[in-house]
Amino acid sequence: MKHEVVEKNIGLMMILILVALSFGTLVELVPLLFAKETHEPIAGLKPLPALELEGRDIYIREGCNVCHSQMIRPLRAETERYGHYSVAGELVYNHPFLWGSKRTGPDLARVGKRYSDDWHRAHLYNPRDVVPESNMPAFPWLFEDEINSERTNLKMIALRRVGVPYTDEDISGAAAAVAGKKEIDALVAYLQQLGTLLQSRR
Amino acid sequence: MASFWSNWIIILTTTTIVGITWILFANRKREKQSPDQTTGHVYDGIEELDNPLPAWWFYMFVITIVWGIGYLIVYPGMGNFAGVIGWSQIGQYDKEVASAEQKYRDMRDRYLALPVEEIAADPAVRKMGMRMFANNCAQCHGADGKGRYGFPNLTDDDWIFGGDPATIKATIENGRQSAMPAWGSIIGDKGVADVTQYVLGLNGRDNDAAQAAAGETVFQTYCLACHGADGHGNPALGAPNLTNGVWLYGGSQEQIAQSIRAGRNGVMPAFKDTLTEDKIHILTAYVYGLGRQ
Repeated sequence: MKHEVVEKNIGLMMILILVALSFGTLVELVPLLFAKETHEPIAGLKPLPALELEGRDIYIREGCNVCHSQMIRPLRAETERYGHYSVAGELVYNHPFLWGSKRTGPDLARVGKRYSDDWHRAHLYNPRDVVPESNMPAFPWLFEDEINSERTNLKMIALRRVGVPYTDEDISGAAAAVAGKKEIDALVAYLQQLGTLLQSRR
Repeated sequence: MASFWSNWIIILTTTTIVGITWILFANRKREKQSPDQTTGHVYDGIEELDNPLPAWWFYMFVITIVWGIGYLIVYPGMGNFAGVIGWSQIGQYDKEVASAEQKYRDMRDRYLALPVEEIAADPAVRKMGMRMFANNCAQCHGADGKGRYGFPNLTDDDWIFGGDPATIKATIENGRQSAMPAWGSIIGDKGVADVTQYVLGLNGRDNDAAQAAAGETVFQTYCLACHGADGHGNPALGAPNLTNGVWLYGGSQEQIAQSIRAGRNGVMPAFKDTLTEDKIHILTAYVYGLGRQ
């Protein structure tokens, strides 16, 4: 094919550029969309209950994922500190995923049950109260604000649409499960279940 | 991976490599052999030379293609083909862990065989223990082990659940759940105020004698089961000594009253899933040593 033909037909050139660019996506990404490993939940994985689900949304709202990753890589230095490396099957119900890409604070993929509820509350109220050298912001409003329970069932319906197996009972009981709860309760409940399914954390 | 997707990857990858090789070689020669070596385009008097890719540039492309083919033979990439050296990410991780295990096992086994009391002062143990403490314990107990409000000080040799090595080890392995009930609704506001005065008296602090006398009756009814008749506590139940001036939740009159009124339920998480036996042994020695500084 002559250069001239491509250079003088802008439509043809666009098509050829798209073809050239699409190979990477077609080879590296598309097969993963259909791979078993990325779709099958590990044994015991359940959709987040209503309170934890609201906690996850608070986690996103407050931008926790900007400074905390949730992705332990298979490197000894990481698994020594954080526990078993993250596996795809743990994260199949995460929409969107919260892997993060920056660790100003530590990775939280397996922070669940590592500290007590009291510690999390003290730490979120003012991190300096328990860790003097911490530079994490304080989140005192979580202790005053109540969860808006009107939207919880809608969130579950939306997640069900993308493949999270919430039952009708989950959805109808969602509002009651979070009614009157403070945001801090939801966030701590969410944090305390993170990564607890894979127990061999060495 | 399903064989369809494996073939998909192999075919597309091969097509890409063949395609770029063809583009590279097909454009090596000048299109038209014009005598002045230009394409014949003239823009405002500027002519466009019709030179092929410089040789050094061309051969760099050839090298990357050859390198890419070599990579796909040696490493996994072509669908389900594992590569001739059989490398995998998890395989490399397992090897890394195994070689570290090999390197440190002897040392750990040596310490694991020795009693905690003997190794607590060993500088190597203290150094390793300090690292593990910083990673796993310092968030609550502080980098110096002195604790915070609600999280026990480990350096004062006052132990809520007991400070002998076996007990410290059990605390680290299985965690602890303290259970001070809320007495406010049982003994009432007056009961809380009276017992508070009595507890102040146990510490030799100024108190209201009449209230303390009333508080003693309440104390000997409700509190003695865990804290003992003399208030010295019971490590087996995690009931702290109330007479030595060490307060986990503050020692002011109002803080003591609050502990009685609303109860306290501190939790120490279990670490037996997080840390191996040998690490817990070294950590026990470190914490045991903290209490004896």
